[in-house]
Amino acid sequence: MKIAVCVKQVPDTWAEKKLTDADRTLDRESADGVMNELDEYAVEEALLLTEASGGEVVAVSMGPDKAEETVRKALQMGADSGIHIVDDSLHGSDAIATSLVLSKVLADKGFDLIIFGSESTDARMSVVPAMVAERLGVPQMTFANKVEVAGETLKIQRQTEYGYDEVESSTPAVVSVVEKINEPRYPSFKGIMAAKKKPIETVTVADAGVDAGQVGLAAAWSQVDQFSERPPKAAGVKIEDDGSGGVKIAEYLSEQKFI
Amino acid sequence: MAPQQPFALFDIDHQLSPEEIAVRDTVRRFVADRIRPDIAEWFETGTLPARELAREMGAMGLLGMHLDGYGCAGMSAVDYGLACLELEAGDSGIRSLVSVTGSLAMFAIHAFGSEEQKNEWLPPLARGEMLGCFGLTEADFGSDPAGMRTSAKQDGDDWILDGSKMWITNGNVADVAVVWARTDDGIRGFVVPLDTAGVTVNEIHHKMSLRASVTSELVFDSVRLPATAMLPGVRGLKGPLSCLNEARFGIVFGTLGAARDCVETTLDYALAREQFGRPIAAFQLTQRKLAEMTVGLGNGMLLALHLGRLKDAGIVRPEQVSVGKMNNARTALDIARECRSILGANGVTLEYPVIRHMNNLESVFTYEGTNEMHTLVVGQALTGIPAYR
Repeated sequence: MKIAVCVKQVPDTWAEKKLTDADRTLDRESADGVMNELDEYAVEEALLLTEASGGEVVAVSMGPDKAEETVRKALQMGADSGIHIVDDSLHGSDAIATSLVLSKVLADKGFDLIIFGSESTDARMSVVPAMVAERLGVPQMTFANKVEVAGETLKIQRQTEYGYDEVESSTPAVVSVVEKINEPRYPSFKGIMAAKKKPIETVTVADAGVDAGQVGLAAAWSQVDQFSERPPKAAGVKIEDDGSGGVKIAEYLSEQKFI
Repeated sequence: MAPQQPFALFDIDHQLSPEEIAVRDTVRRFVADRIRPDIAEWFETGTLPARELAREMGAMGLLGMHLDGYGCAGMSAVDYGLACLELEAGDSGIRSLVSVTGSLAMFAIHAFGSEEQKNEWLPPLARGEMLGCFGLTEADFGSDPAGMRTSAKQDGDDWILDGSKMWITNGNVADVAVVWARTDDGIRGFVVPLDTAGVTVNEIHHKMSLRASVTSELVFDSVRLPATAMLPGVRGLKGPLSCLNEARFGIVFGTLGAARDCVETTLDYALAREQFGRPIAAFQLTQRKLAEMTVGLGNGMLLALHLGRLKDAGIVRPEQVSVGKMNNARTALDIARECRSILGANGVTLEYPVIRHMNNLESVFTYEGTNEMHTLVVGQALTGIPAYR
């Protein structure tokens, strides 16, 4: 089985995220870059599947030079090789452009599965997996908390608000995973050593066969015109309980549309 | 200006390669997931799931990580140091488990063992399926191991081992000990499976330090060992002393982990704790403590990294490791005590890691060469005069 895992470098989950003043895109210098947490589950699932039935895992990331660290992290966890899509013209790309480039790079490489984390902690749109599936014309098996492959049949449990749906498709297919699916491994020391020798192929927009005018900030379907920082936390509301405390709390919660 | 963590002030990460950062992050995550949630309870109850942890550490590649071949990960000295630092940020007892297995027991077999001994013992020790310990210190011979009473006498092809070893980390959970004994041919090392007839292992209780670590006495009563039990590669005290030099290199880094955990905890506490209507971090006396501790910590880290680079270049000298152990164990202990004072009454409880680190560091200050011995080693290096003989 040949599996591609798409991984994204995002600002450290706990860091305050900032936009740049220059073009109002994510300020990647303001925080350490880490592998998007849900993508660790995607890598783990790919490794579990190939460990069980053989195969190959290719980690794919689109991002600036530094994003190679995230490809390398996937290799340290156990992926066999990496593809890093890096090109100045990609700066500021939206989900539509990202899915275009990813689908061009992933097409015709013989992948049985393309696995994503179900969302990134910076953009949090959850749309790229579906878009890539659509562009490739393959089933989109999103929000999986369980994945089984038998021959050319893929079965997942799709996490829903109330439980899960059992969904079946043929392969090749695009899968996105939720965090219930597994427990990502730590890169072992042997994995860290081995990753030094694993190949990472660098791909440009031109290599992918995409016109530079279709990607980047200028081509994005939406743009940030202005932004303001979140106001500092306001002091809480104190309710004295004179017998009507419960009612007052309920009124407050209802006013704030919590209930 | 936003508050920053002590090592960030020194931009320590700038000194590390991406692989070194990966090693550090792997161990840091293991400590966050597996050690931090339970360590206060293990310390309080004086227990440690050593075997369970060893298997997980083995899977990661921690045990004997700086050794090559025989199932070991073959990492650098700096990698090993960074791993020790993160482990000791969890607890000195956890780092001790790894130090003793990897740097004392495994290193001794790796450096001085026969091919058969290496093949038999190193792979299961590296996987964490077995645990090792190291018997040099005796009840009456600590800093002066040359006086040891434990002896091995030849009986035909066999050896008969008699005596006892004291303060042996991992003793009661170990499968195998590297034991140093006096013979007609000088001090020699022996690989002793602890289930051999005549071996008794007694656990040492009532410790107020390293409570999440197993400490034991090994007693050998006419223990018959085959000729193949002896480590063929070394004769004399330089055998055990070179093992200790490995382990204390890990301590140069490890102690800084305990100290960093104290400073980070204390910084958070001082920013949150209010007295007289302002955070205690706003008072000059507290700021001075925080600043002095951070400078001590950063200097210690720069020294540790320097020694690590020398070690990776193969040119570090024992007296340089003594400089590191002497400075960093003392600095860490001072930091832990100072942090305890900032935490006030909260500092004496196990709700915070500080007094646990402080008590642990009392042992670390003494073991693997007392602070006094390292001071005299440095004195001898400067003057050429050994003051302790």
